[in-house]
Amino acid sequence: MTASLRIINGRVYDPANGIDGEIKELCIKDAKIVDSVDDDASVINAHGMVIMPGGIDIHCHIAGPKVNMARKLQPEDKRHDPHPATPFTRSGTGGSVPSTFATGYRYATLGYTTAFDAAVPPLAARHVLEEFHDTPVIDKGYYVVLGNNVFMHQLIKEGRKEELKHAIAWWLNASKGYTPKIVNPGGDEPWKGKKNSNVHDIDEKDTVFEISPRDIIDAFIDVANELGLPHPPHLHCNNLGHSGNFETTIETMKTAGDRRLHIAHIQFHSYAGKLGENPLSAGREIVEYVNAHPNISTDVGQVMFGKSTVMTADAPSAYLTRGYTHSKWINADTENESGCGIAPYTYQEHVYTNALQWAIGLEIFLLSKDPWRIVFSTDSPNGASFTSYPKLVKLLMDKSYRDEEISRVNQRAMNKSILREIDREYSLYEIAIITRAGPARCLGLKNKGHLGIGADADITIYDDQEDKELMFNAPRYVIKSGHAVIADFEFTTDYYGKTLHIQPEFDQSIEDSIRPFFDDYYSVRFDNYAVTDYYLHDHEYIPTKQDAL
Amino acid sequence: MILVPGRSSKQGTSLNHGKLKQEYIDVTSTLEMNQDDMAKLKLVDGDSVRLKNDVGETIVNCIGKKPEDLPSGMLFIPYGPPSSQLMESDTAGSGMPLSKHMEVEIEKVGG
Amino acid sequence: MTDNIKIVENATCTFCGCVCDDMDLHVDVEEKKIVKAKNACVLGRAWFAEHTIEDAPAAMIDGKEVSIEEAIEEAAQTLVKAKFPITYGLSDTTCEAQRQAVAISDFVKGTIDTTTSVCHGPSGLAFQGVGESTSTLGEVKNRADLVIYWGGNPAESHPRHFGRYAVTPKGMFTPGGKKDRTVVLVDVRKTKSSPVADILVRPKPGKDFEVLWALRALVKGKTLSNDIEKDTGVPLDVLKDLVERMKNCRFGVLFFGMGLTMTRGRHFNSGALLALANDLNEFTHFVAKPVRGHGNVTGADNVVSWQTGYPFGVNFSRGYPRFNPGEFTTVDTLSNGHADAALIIASDPASNFPKKAIDHLKRIPIIVLDTKSTETTKDAHVAFRTATYGINTTGTVYRMDDVAITLRPAFESPFPDDETILTGIRKRVHELMLAKHKAHGASGEAKVASPSKD
Repeated sequence: MTASLRIINGRVYDPANGIDGEIKELCIKDAKIVDSVDDDASVINAHGMVIMPGGIDIHCHIAGPKVNMARKLQPEDKRHDPHPATPFTRSGTGGSVPSTFATGYRYATLGYTTAFDAAVPPLAARHVLEEFHDTPVIDKGYYVVLGNNVFMHQLIKEGRKEELKHAIAWWLNASKGYTPKIVNPGGDEPWKGKKNSNVHDIDEKDTVFEISPRDIIDAFIDVANELGLPHPPHLHCNNLGHSGNFETTIETMKTAGDRRLHIAHIQFHSYAGKLGENPLSAGREIVEYVNAHPNISTDVGQVMFGKSTVMTADAPSAYLTRGYTHSKWINADTENESGCGIAPYTYQEHVYTNALQWAIGLEIFLLSKDPWRIVFSTDSPNGASFTSYPKLVKLLMDKSYRDEEISRVNQRAMNKSILREIDREYSLYEIAIITRAGPARCLGLKNKGHLGIGADADITIYDDQEDKELMFNAPRYVIKSGHAVIADFEFTTDYYGKTLHIQPEFDQSIEDSIRPFFDDYYSVRFDNYAVTDYYLHDHEYIPTKQDAL
Repeated sequence: MILVPGRSSKQGTSLNHGKLKQEYIDVTSTLEMNQDDMAKLKLVDGDSVRLKNDVGETIVNCIGKKPEDLPSGMLFIPYGPPSSQLMESDTAGSGMPLSKHMEVEIEKVGG
Repeated sequence: MTDNIKIVENATCTFCGCVCDDMDLHVDVEEKKIVKAKNACVLGRAWFAEHTIEDAPAAMIDGKEVSIEEAIEEAAQTLVKAKFPITYGLSDTTCEAQRQAVAISDFVKGTIDTTTSVCHGPSGLAFQGVGESTSTLGEVKNRADLVIYWGGNPAESHPRHFGRYAVTPKGMFTPGGKKDRTVVLVDVRKTKSSPVADILVRPKPGKDFEVLWALRALVKGKTLSNDIEKDTGVPLDVLKDLVERMKNCRFGVLFFGMGLTMTRGRHFNSGALLALANDLNEFTHFVAKPVRGHGNVTGADNVVSWQTGYPFGVNFSRGYPRFNPGEFTTVDTLSNGHADAALIIASDPASNFPKKAIDHLKRIPIIVLDTKSTETTKDAHVAFRTATYGINTTGTVYRMDDVAITLRPAFESPFPDDETILTGIRKRVHELMLAKHKAHGASGEAKVASPSKD
């Protein structure tokens, strides 16, 4: 139960309900938006302010073993960026991989109220949920890395499609996940078992399971459709970061046909040029394909200059990064489930490749014809930390600022990009789509990303400012589930959001096949593997279409 | 001589029983020593010896080990209160005292 | 023994960092004891058998029995009054309790450190320098064809490490078990682990770094002279043979123990080993892993890291976490005489710290939570006797490879668990600090006092 609240006089941007900057009153009661509240409700006068739903991060890395290893790895990234306690909130540290408390509070201070961790091996789910319990303000969920699961590869190899469906559903339940994540399909086996090699072609079959990346992608899309998952398989394509990889990306999207598929951080998969040589931009080719195919959604994975941390279940790609940095590096294998690589990295304006990556991301944003499906992300902290979002908003909204920035970076790269020629500026309405309404729709979150009756009362109120970076850096109010956690720019209280997950149905007898696999090849007992509700605390399960039947 | 404190399964099982119990006290005050070194110092199994360095000293009982198992010049003892008496507190900025490589003098007690 | 025997299947042993989760515990419910622990090793059997319920007060102040509430109040007052309160231990309790302990340190602007600082702390520092190629233990079981132990004696410290995870088990690509692996043991002395090894390497004491650096040089194709044997005790041919095996294996693993971290060289030794494993990835898949000691020391590292960003040795005196091993680590805060109160959780520094640190510990008020009487509890200002994790309470524990496991308790204890006591202290400490804050004329009063978090 929360007190009721009325927000008056604000300009509301609520694209899901077609509201584009109208002055509109919002009423809040019991953590939801309602049509009216009693006269004694407290009032926020939002005169001169911009109101949007709380931001939703569709793809970031904020919790779990790999994130925590990246924290432990880099004291130098934290010492310069302390996050002091207040009487109501806990202390922490920032940098590109903030501590849990700093993560939640910092998302809130950008006006974000929901975030999805993009890559959690099931064996790591318990750890992620423990960290979520210490990540304040925001609602959270995660995608479960299943694309290179050895048990599932065996089923795909043997054509046991029905069992695959039940196995995927079982695993989503056991790990409290939101959707299957596929990372560099087929790439774990050669990495772990064939001396750190990798798969390079979408139709290349590996020698152990004799299946190709395309076989894996195809099988997962089918299962997700049958299960009616709210968000389709979340796919990190093969050949991330390689020059010429856009052809793999296009082939991957073609594999989906007209079935739903989400391509993660597509900027990293939009490179032309020859393998081993400097990349060229294929931003236009990629956007044109996405524009023409409404079954595809994607997030951009924008690169921003400065310190980042590469962290990915795609271990070979992190090893590639190590090859550039010659610096510290982590590899972390999860048995039967995933690989992982971590490497500190800094994107530099004067470096051709970095500048081109930056330009390709912006090309994709600016050539997009459907902001609902080409949504905002930096693949935080891979392309940049989420704390750089306000600056990215300014780049999209302000052509003159963009031109200034273009003039500061590697000109050889700018000459290879069409960025200079694009005049488009995003409107506040479009920003509200790519950071709120769009990701909510891609994720199948019916109560988020909008401000209609019945929506979650997750609301951000910004002072309307000319400088959009300043504006998006400091909302005056942030309301989470009806609580004004930030008022007049200051935290007023501590608050912990909930975990969002799904519970697709499965045939219990699938456990008869999974259990012996555990006895043989896992190091934990089958009966100790599934994560219990004990770890969920406040949570909400999002229905699948199956549930509606 | 170089003293290397470490874990042993007996130390592990006895600490479950209780650190203030006799068994743990016995285990953690038993020093393993090269037999040849013992002979030189005219020691036999069960003799009491005094271990001493700049930090402090402690008295423990010694038992012999074959030269191929424990080289001459090395001493082994399970962790416990006696080894603490000899441990240098300066961690050289690491947080970790040098607890596995201590230079000590050894002498027979009461003989 | 009564007839009332309950069996708890798939229970977890938290004695060492192996955290084996395949125990079948036979529990005499009336007598409140575990009469049999199937699958447990010698250490695990003692762990389960000896944690019975002793007749002792749940809380004491200066040796006198008091109510738990009084003890919590006194503990909170002591911590809030102190100028430099330290918290230490934590490796033998649940993550749930560890989370509360970090919160207490944050609120009282104290210092938090765990037993990591005196075990694999140097490996943590080395990790910050070079990173780590690593894996969960199941991948070792499934794939490793070359297993190297360096500076450890798992047969005595982690008795099931060989059998359950790394040497004998049959895995997906190691169907022959031990037959499909080569096992190498590097140690300065012969131990009970020696018989498992196909190859024994015995460096001179304190020469681990030199041996590791020589291996790195050979891996990188450098030429070494035969003098290396004189210096390290290991013949050049042995080193060359080892390098060939490492470069040509399919999946290699280097496990390392405190024989590296507690001896001359400390973090340089762990760093050299981690760097060697990283280097080898140019040739093949190679991983390394510290063999962690206490049941949940890995959980302590994880909790302190996710809450503060740093793994151990963290100070909050400025209102945010600062990390400085050698300054904020417990041996140092005690030996320097900085600490003026201590909260010790499930650890016994009074019996294994350097003498100078122990002397200071005896001069300051200490608050101790432990399941048994120890040297440290003897001198406690406030002492809580608590339930044993994994035997009396559930909760979360991290295995040495960062895999989190949920505990299944066997029988109830009359004593509260660490989490309950620490939550009580945390709440009281927060109240006292808020009162202090208000007394200093601060205006920002909470509109809602911590609504959802307990």
